[in-house]
Amino acid sequence: MSVAIRVEEVGKRYRIGAREPYRTLREALRQAATAPFRQLSGGGSSHGAETIWALDGVSFAVAEGEIVGLVGRNGCGKSTLLKILSRVTEPTRGAVSLRGRVGSLLEVGTGFHPELTGRENVYLHGAILGMRRAEIDRKFDEIVAFAEISAFLDTPVKRYSSGMFTRLGFSIAAHLDTEILLVDEVLAVGDVGFQRKCVQKMESVAQGGRTVIFVSHNVSAITRLCPRAILLDHGTLVADGPAHAVMSHYLQAGYGASAEREWDDIARAPGDDVVRLQAIRVRAADGTVSDALDVRQPCAVELTFVVAEGGHRLVPNLQLTNEDGAIVFVSHEIDSPWYRQPRPPGRYVTRAIIPPNLLAEGTFVVSAGVHGMDPVQVRVYERDAAAFQVVDPLAGDSARGDYGGQMPGVVRPLLRWKTIVAPDAAVVATKLAG
Amino acid sequence: MTTDVLHEPATIHIRGTDRPRIGASVAELWGRREVLYFLAWRDLTVRYRQTVFGVAWALLQPTLMMVVFTVFFGRLAKVPSDGVPYPLFAFAGLLPWQLFSQSLTASANSLVSNERLVTKVYFPRLAIPIAPILTALVDFVLAFLLLLLAMAYYGIAPTWGILAVPFLIGLTLAAALAAGLGLAALNVEFRDVRHALPFLVQLWMFATPIAYPASLVPSRWRLLYGLNPLAGVVEGFRWALVGGVAPGPMLLVSTATVAIVAWGSLAYFARVERGLADRI
Repeated sequence: MSVAIRVEEVGKRYRIGAREPYRTLREALRQAATAPFRQLSGGGSSHGAETIWALDGVSFAVAEGEIVGLVGRNGCGKSTLLKILSRVTEPTRGAVSLRGRVGSLLEVGTGFHPELTGRENVYLHGAILGMRRAEIDRKFDEIVAFAEISAFLDTPVKRYSSGMFTRLGFSIAAHLDTEILLVDEVLAVGDVGFQRKCVQKMESVAQGGRTVIFVSHNVSAITRLCPRAILLDHGTLVADGPAHAVMSHYLQAGYGASAEREWDDIARAPGDDVVRLQAIRVRAADGTVSDALDVRQPCAVELTFVVAEGGHRLVPNLQLTNEDGAIVFVSHEIDSPWYRQPRPPGRYVTRAIIPPNLLAEGTFVVSAGVHGMDPVQVRVYERDAAAFQVVDPLAGDSARGDYGGQMPGVVRPLLRWKTIVAPDAAVVATKLAG
Repeated sequence: MTTDVLHEPATIHIRGTDRPRIGASVAELWGRREVLYFLAWRDLTVRYRQTVFGVAWALLQPTLMMVVFTVFFGRLAKVPSDGVPYPLFAFAGLLPWQLFSQSLTASANSLVSNERLVTKVYFPRLAIPIAPILTALVDFVLAFLLLLLAMAYYGIAPTWGILAVPFLIGLTLAAALAAGLGLAALNVEFRDVRHALPFLVQLWMFATPIAYPASLVPSRWRLLYGLNPLAGVVEGFRWALVGGVAPGPMLLVSTATVAIVAWGSLAYFARVERGLADRI
């Protein structure tokens, strides 16, 4: 496998603060006139402007045919890196080698002109992205069919819905024959059917030996699409490897926790002389420790604790918070044989089963504890002990159905909806009651 | 580039410390010249899509200007026209001028008005200021046909001089590009350019022998006058088509001026091009 993208010690500096994005001529003339004096007084050339390194010393290599996810929170430098890879902007230092042509979907439909029709924009946008006219001719039907806009081909795109606009933009870029394709967050728009098509397209693109870089701040989207991920934080590369491992890193970095935590030295584990927490693990439906959980499957939070002193009623408990810090629920182990009687010393493993289709997609943080009863007393409390992600694979059988857009909410239950065709109010009452 | 199937794909190296290279920019544009065509086609299509008169505007503008010039300069001020009927004299002068001024204005504003494109997609940046010049050329060709009709009306047959027309058009475009490239790049850093430009174009028009013949300028100043490339072009264009005085060495000075300014402009553009997305 040869290398398609090589990034070596790339840094990008931006000026912020004192210097305006663009200056007036007068200001420039004044600066030019006073420059010699400033240098005499040791002011240097920065004249009060502050600089930040949006990227600093980033290095990695991507082999041909790889799909790599680029992840990190807003402001971590991933957009800057993407701009450098797509050659929109140049690195301040370091070097980038790109083997072959680069196609980018930085912002879908950027080259569109609103007054032009869909047909005209396919040619215009295609040419801007680097397609030859003959190439566009050849792929025209395929592009239009993929975008599902054939009925609106001769309508100006300013009359398009945002979905149509995005579909057409993605379709053109996806049909580029470039060796490298950069994709930024486009899959967040459109219905699930189209998203699935996009994913398939990207996979077939990669199978054809082409390289795909997929950028998102949505970690679950990355794990869904990319075998490998790169995590950026504050402009530096903090993790690079299999997507699920990078995701643990992301959780660890962002929330100080991942799917598993174990205290090797029981004497220093959280707790008191009566009981200490030894481990917490988040397990997927198949029993494996995982920090990416399918929204449609049950999962379990497992607590391992050691009771050193018998004779106490001890109740393990846990609390789940989401990424906004809202408490999703608190749960106590009330169905164990020891709920109403004292526990003998020993090592206990207990699992709280979280039913399928309960949690929404996103990041959840688990705080775990053990409290004593008679009197109520907190004996163990470990805040933010574990974290995991709930992921929707967009198969159509989750609470999302075929909807692929934003779906807010702390929980996302799969509710039963009952519908009748209602001729009049009286019938409605009786039928729904039945 | 479907030929890549047979060859190893070319590797692009980007280094933050590289010097800007004019040759590389030009070569890259040549490889992607279809972008130029599509950008020009976009501007042309969009410009006339929502207008009532459509492409007729390309003819209306110089015609109305000719009428104004004929009334005020030809009739009232009795400006001489080297023996050519004044309306034809003015029209033949206006055509290359409009080609130039339209190209220059659109070119100088092109980078700023395509800001979204520049900050999101990479393609040869040179295409942006060059495309509007092609658009203006289309308008020019239409007006040129009208000029031929007007010549037929006045019974003026073209001479061998008409063979010089392609060169003169080329020089006009080169002059527009030379000034447009530099101003487009300057506009990115100093938006003052946008405000100064209409004023500059107007001054330039009066400094160009459109409403009056260059023969009004004393002959010892004539070579210096050629430093305004449009002076040589307009005089030459008029001579080539409708007759009058040949521009002579003035045209040489004009050509040299264009060549020097074009080189400087291109070098400055190549420098600004580097940090374009960050500076705009």
